[in-house]
Amino acid sequence: MDWLNAGVQGVLLGGQYALLACGLSLIFGVMRIVNLAHGVLAVLAAYLSLVLVQRGLPLWLAVVVVVPVFAALGYAMQRGLFNPALAQVGGSDRSTSRSASRSASRSAGELAPLLVSFGVAVALTNLLQEVFSADTRKIPTGGLASAGVPLGELSVGVLPLITLAVAVAVIALVQLFLARTATGRAMRAVADDAGAAAMMGVDPKHMYAVATALAFATLALAGVFVGMSTQFSPGYGELVLLFAFEAVIIGGLGSLWGTLAGGVVLGLAQTIGAQIDPQSGVLAGHLVFLAVLVVRPGGLMPRSVPA
Amino acid sequence: MSVLEVAGLEVRYGDLTAVDGVALSLAEGETLAVLGANGAGKSTLLAALAGTHLPASGQVLLDGEPVTRLPAHRRVRRGIALVPEGRRIFGSLSVEENLLMGRFPKRDGPWDLRAVYDMFPLVAEMKDRRGGVLSGGQQQAVAIGRALLANPRVLLLDEVSLGLAPTVVAQLYDAVRRITAEGTTALVVEQDLDQALSVADRVQCLLGGRTVLEAPAAGLDRDTVADAYFGITRSPRPDPTEA
Repeated sequence: MDWLNAGVQGVLLGGQYALLACGLSLIFGVMRIVNLAHGVLAVLAAYLSLVLVQRGLPLWLAVVVVVPVFAALGYAMQRGLFNPALAQVGGSDRSTSRSASRSASRSAGELAPLLVSFGVAVALTNLLQEVFSADTRKIPTGGLASAGVPLGELSVGVLPLITLAVAVAVIALVQLFLARTATGRAMRAVADDAGAAAMMGVDPKHMYAVATALAFATLALAGVFVGMSTQFSPGYGELVLLFAFEAVIIGGLGSLWGTLAGGVVLGLAQTIGAQIDPQSGVLAGHLVFLAVLVVRPGGLMPRSVPA
Repeated sequence: MSVLEVAGLEVRYGDLTAVDGVALSLAEGETLAVLGANGAGKSTLLAALAGTHLPASGQVLLDGEPVTRLPAHRRVRRGIALVPEGRRIFGSLSVEENLLMGRFPKRDGPWDLRAVYDMFPLVAEMKDRRGGVLSGGQQQAVAIGRALLANPRVLLLDEVSLGLAPTVVAQLYDAVRRITAEGTTALVVEQDLDQALSVADRVQCLLGGRTVLEAPAAGLDRDTVADAYFGITRSPRPDPTEA
């Protein structure tokens, strides 16, 4: 029964990781950028909702405010920070032979987007410490975080259940958007060949910003759920980034359903590991991550582009 | 008024001047073939017309309006569509999705999915396949269809024959002839001289980024073009009666 419980809790925890990792996976799939600021941005979303809730807003309204604010922030950060950094990698026509040879002559630029996101992560973590101190906080949920429903002989947390359901819904919606809408199709085209997409009338810079806006919206939602279930502090972003990154890698870079699977595998590894030895849950997760990297470097469901 | 009017176009890559003062003009419904050897500046000229590489100086007028500084994504919305060298098919998108990308600029006109499938029945048969698994000839047909779906004022075709078997090239140019016969204004860059002459109303030959020959395609003999191609100026034959 303990093992069954660990399994159920693992899947539920995986929902949170998948929700956290969804935006990271999307940004990587479309732009080949690993956004190192992902974790701290999720924590920022948690702080923002905490402030709004403390001002008396109901939690659902705080979410309704924070998610679009983060989408706008994502659009602005892409246009203002990441697009200029991407231009150093070769810009919107990265895949043409001529610009490929041009960018090769200054290949130090390859790291530019990663370095920019690192800078944002460091600066933002410090800024959060200045404003909110290093104390741990939690978004008050009015008992939701501790509520449970009986499932056979197990008790399953309501909040983790909602988180998992939201994660699956978000990933399904993003996937549907990519597969079925003209904008989603254009986004996949830009991921394939930004220069060719520009010839079809798609502005790659705008499309990158739309992708980041979408990613930031999911990240903000994930941040709120983390803030409700966990004690967080400005430094918590590092752990969030680590778990999200592991979920993305385990699932296969750039594949959203893979990311969901990766989150669940990571969650299971952590809870089953903790069942074996209460101290070793997180370690077990890292070991599974390492094992996947060694055995299947492409991840469980590798795919170059989200589709 | 010409659909496309280019004057004094100069395009550089760093210190290299790839196109050096080219002028050209395309009338409604006309097909112009731009010929020349490797490095003559043909593809660079097309890049400047499509907006993928902006010119250093000169002017590009589309229906009398200057589009010289417009980036590629805004130029195709005005009606200049490029079938790029190397085809540039979206590998992870299905064939139909590739074609639908041509609809992204939302330009009205005679070309819709049905018209393209009628033009290329083989493409219709593999509409659900991923673009990346097609053969070169199939990809080229998709690339042409994709550009047509933008319902362009001017269709730019860059090296349609490149790397393809002669029978495939012949089939593709059959389609191109039917497309231009239906009134689409086109500019064709091509190394395959016979195909270029078969499709074009007029020919313009580039050498070292400059125009060295302009002539109607009808009745143009291969040798004249070949000479212009390689910059050979034949000296008059020595007169055997002279001593």
